[in-house]
Amino acid sequence: MKKLLIHMRSYKKECVLGPLFKLLEAALELLVPLVMASIIDKGIANADRGYVLRMCLVLVALGTVGLVFSITAQYFAAKAAVGFVGRVKHVLFAHIESLSYAEIDRLGTSTMITRLTSDMNQVQNGVNLALRLLLRSPFVVFGAMVMAFTIDVKAAMTFVVAIPALSVVVFGIMLWCIPLYKRVQSRLDQVLGITRENLTGVRVIRAFCMEDQERARFEEGNQTLTAVQKFVGRISALMNPVTYVIINLAIVALIWIGALQVEAGILTNGLVVALYNYMSQILVELIKLANLIINITKSVACGNRVQAMLEIAPSQSWTKAVPALRSDAPAVELRHAGLRYPGGGQEALTDVTLTVRRGETVGIIGGTGSGKTSLTNLIARFYDATRGEVLVEGVDVRDYPQAALREKIGVVPQRAVLFKGTLRENMRWGKPDASDEEIWAALETAQAKDVAEGKGGLDCPIEQGGRNLSGGQRQRFTIARALVRQPDILILDDSASALDFATDAALRKAIRALPSHPTVFIVSQRASSIQYADQIVVLDDGAVVGLGRHKELLETCQVYQEIYGSQFRQEDR
Amino acid sequence: MTNKQTTLSKVLRYIRRYWVLLACSILLAAGTVALTLYVPILVGDAIDLIVGPGQVDFAGVRSLLAAIAVLVAVTAVCQWLMNFINNKITFQVVRDIRNEAFQKIQILPLKYLDAHPSGEIISRVIADVDQFADGLLMGFTQLFTGVVTIFGTLLFMLSIRWQIALVVVVLTPLSLFVARFIASQTYSMFRLQSETRGEQTALIDEMVGSQKVVQAFSYQQEALDRFDEINARLEKCSLRATFFSSITNPATRFINSVIYAGVGFTGALACIATAGALDPFTVGELTCFLSYANQYTKPFNEISGVVTELQNALACAGRIFALIEEEPQSPDAPGVLEDVAGRVDLSHVDFSYTPDKELIRDLDLAVRPGQRVAIVGPTGCGKTTVINLLMRFYDVDGGAIRVEGQDIRDITRHSLRRHYGMVLQDTWLRGGTVRENIAMARPQATEEEIVAAAKAAHAHGFILRLPQGYDTIIGEDGGSLSQGQKQLLCIARVMLSLPPMLILDEATSSIDTRTEMRIQSAFAQMMEGRTSFIVAHRLSTIRQADVILVMRDGQIIEQGDHETLLAKDGFYAQLYNSQFEPS
Repeated sequence: MKKLLIHMRSYKKECVLGPLFKLLEAALELLVPLVMASIIDKGIANADRGYVLRMCLVLVALGTVGLVFSITAQYFAAKAAVGFVGRVKHVLFAHIESLSYAEIDRLGTSTMITRLTSDMNQVQNGVNLALRLLLRSPFVVFGAMVMAFTIDVKAAMTFVVAIPALSVVVFGIMLWCIPLYKRVQSRLDQVLGITRENLTGVRVIRAFCMEDQERARFEEGNQTLTAVQKFVGRISALMNPVTYVIINLAIVALIWIGALQVEAGILTNGLVVALYNYMSQILVELIKLANLIINITKSVACGNRVQAMLEIAPSQSWTKAVPALRSDAPAVELRHAGLRYPGGGQEALTDVTLTVRRGETVGIIGGTGSGKTSLTNLIARFYDATRGEVLVEGVDVRDYPQAALREKIGVVPQRAVLFKGTLRENMRWGKPDASDEEIWAALETAQAKDVAEGKGGLDCPIEQGGRNLSGGQRQRFTIARALVRQPDILILDDSASALDFATDAALRKAIRALPSHPTVFIVSQRASSIQYADQIVVLDDGAVVGLGRHKELLETCQVYQEIYGSQFRQEDR
Repeated sequence: MTNKQTTLSKVLRYIRRYWVLLACSILLAAGTVALTLYVPILVGDAIDLIVGPGQVDFAGVRSLLAAIAVLVAVTAVCQWLMNFINNKITFQVVRDIRNEAFQKIQILPLKYLDAHPSGEIISRVIADVDQFADGLLMGFTQLFTGVVTIFGTLLFMLSIRWQIALVVVVLTPLSLFVARFIASQTYSMFRLQSETRGEQTALIDEMVGSQKVVQAFSYQQEALDRFDEINARLEKCSLRATFFSSITNPATRFINSVIYAGVGFTGALACIATAGALDPFTVGELTCFLSYANQYTKPFNEISGVVTELQNALACAGRIFALIEEEPQSPDAPGVLEDVAGRVDLSHVDFSYTPDKELIRDLDLAVRPGQRVAIVGPTGCGKTTVINLLMRFYDVDGGAIRVEGQDIRDITRHSLRRHYGMVLQDTWLRGGTVRENIAMARPQATEEEIVAAAKAAHAHGFILRLPQGYDTIIGEDGGSLSQGQKQLLCIARVMLSLPPMLILDEATSSIDTRTEMRIQSAFAQMMEGRTSFIVAHRLSTIRQADVILVMRDGQIIEQGDHETLLAKDGFYAQLYNSQFEPS
């Protein structure tokens, strides 16, 4: 959390003034019992009505000034908390944007989203509360004790005993309960898990006639949850009665000592009342403090998680210098390239050597997990080759600035994602200044013109993730998005899987006819999608087991034969 | 309003089971409050016995203090017991409701479950019930004691000196009024804040969720700009909402201090005026009044919080009861299906999910034991619907489905489903070990049987490569396994029990074609002598079927084996040949 506080720098003033005004207000509040004591001892004892009135006006004045102070404090606290969190959010978002694929895989998107949203809200809340109350409550508690000492040392000893005793009880019970609440949460998660399983798997459960078994399982989980809840409930139920006993015993002792001191002429009646009032203030503040500490602990935990995320350095670094391209070099070249994902045991891609001339179409085929996507990931440098080298137009991909490399390449990922906005806005992801003509041309090539027209043209709204489109429509739009930038290299990563065979074929034909003649990589599980490619790479378990044209591979490559055979039977052709 | 009342009466029905405990709780609460209020009076009395040097009645003080100590002990015990009982009632009521809701899920028709996102039902069973528990507990502990405290305090104050009590009664609403006023003024600020926050979350969700696309298209700077724009707006409205709402506490505290001063002033004047009178207003009574004045406003603030909480809890309870009261599937007929060879007849079957959109019309089909029936057709043509009807996940609207001549509505669902083995496209595994998942339908299966089933499904090899083999714990819904591996486990699960009829709904769609080829032999073995229904979009997988049903728009438009259908050169031939179009 500490390093996050750097971003608090521009709110130094607020961080000092907020608590300061809070303390001033608390100090005023501590004066109230003394004023009341003098009303009793001077006003009532001397039957001085004027004095009583003056003192009561003093009480109202104390309240008014306190109100002004504390509103000032609230303002500074809110400003510092909100501003601080706004800054951290900006930094965190920018940081997440800069992470490479390897870190994104490791962290998972839901974690990153939680850090940016609920964790940050919790931090804001915590900072705000801390600035307002963290100093105030201890100040009131100890202030009450100090005031008691100024009144009478002997009577003040009851505070010396009561405060630690109360603290032990309040904090003890809280500390005891926190881990138990965690246990409640994990039991609740279990019950939630069973419920979710039963809903997602309802067909299987009913098909296997397991309803009664499941009911028993749920009731068992529910019973353990209830047991833990009741146990925690019983412990936290101790808080009020025990503190009540302590505070009242302290009051009993206080009055007894007060009686002795009054008899001895050391204390007055009014001062005993003042001591009694101070004692009553302590309990409320201690409970507030304990709740505050729980809240702040949570916030600090959230802050630490945020800081941990900020400390993750992107594993890839990019150069700024623009490399000198060689126009005679092949479009893409892999030299003994290998890729081992961080945390992965085996290499996902082993020793791949491949040369692709400009304008060629390369088909990549293989079973699930054979390394097809990994290969394309190397070309766009989404991951760094852990072995060998990858060259685009004769230059190592690590010598490109990020934007320069990615501008050359149009990627259509496996999962077709579109963003909330209009179709035009989505298409302009590929090229921010694309004209409508360019977009329509791309849509036409991607076999998406009809769909776009059917949806109402380029201004048609797209929902988040493209939910208002079918899988096939989404795929065609993502293909168009990549085509808008007229890339030198086009990578289609199994991105026609939701298209029927005829559309798939038409798409390939249109891409081939593009005037810019891009180099095209087609990743697919369908032999039919790649059989007319200039080169076909057959992958199995991360290794290239076949490289060549369809005809050659059918004769020489056993894996290719199997794949092809599983989709086409000889006798059918 | 009536709606709320009925919900409330339903809640009370659950609580009634614990009425003895409830009665105890109410008695204890009343006792606790009365004693808590009585203690300040005794303290006041004691202070009155401490007048000045030489004017201290030690014996009186001692007995009063002893009384206080005893009362405090009794109060504490009452309070603890009350809390204890409230906890018990709340959590048991909640447990009962959850159990009932879950039992309901097991007997709800799939029609309901398919129409409601599972997240929504889960949130009813988990979050709503939890919220309800919180509200219930708070209602018990704070609402009741709060109300009793208010009236008790009022009563005590009035009985001591009504004129001063009036000061408190008149001024207190001020504090409530201020709190209300601030809350209503800040409401729109909070709404703006949560709207802006929602906007930001949506952007984060999109940009971070699709981070890889963002990077592939070098969209980072635009994303950051959009984020910053929303962030700046959020900062502004968040500051307003936070600051203005945080005025509530200081403002009510200020009102309280005014009340305090008011009681002090009138009280002190009363002390002076009645000094030496028959019934003087003493300093002790003033002290007592001051502590009441401090306490009196607290329950008011609490109660307004509790009331919103309770309303919320009732709304949650309403949603849970709606689930619990949902109409269950029709009860099972008593018949039991026995001696199944595998004859299935569909005659004149009509079915639709929604009344206004007919799906299956007048479907006829006779399947002989051991036949292999494949169903093909474009998406949405009703293939999976046929499966839903066969398994009786849904009931037909017209016509009948018979197994061995028995209408499936005349037999229990269990006895029907036990005779089917089913592998679906969306694989479903549960949190647990691999072994538990394979043996799901037959927990008593031996190790050899489990391994044999896994081998038959070509799952044995990858299972052994898992960290703990068959004892590897897989997370909820398969966790780290690939789609294909999950599917193989689902197949192994059916291999283990092998009932006389099989349903394979796109069972191999997530396995690559090479692996599929390898398990085809296992499938063939599995289907040997068993009536099988196969739904597939990959036409290569259904070539060997005895009967191929070509469906389109809910109707069977072609029927026959592969060769016949190809020769017919109809819709099937068209579908089949589209696979081989050259580019």
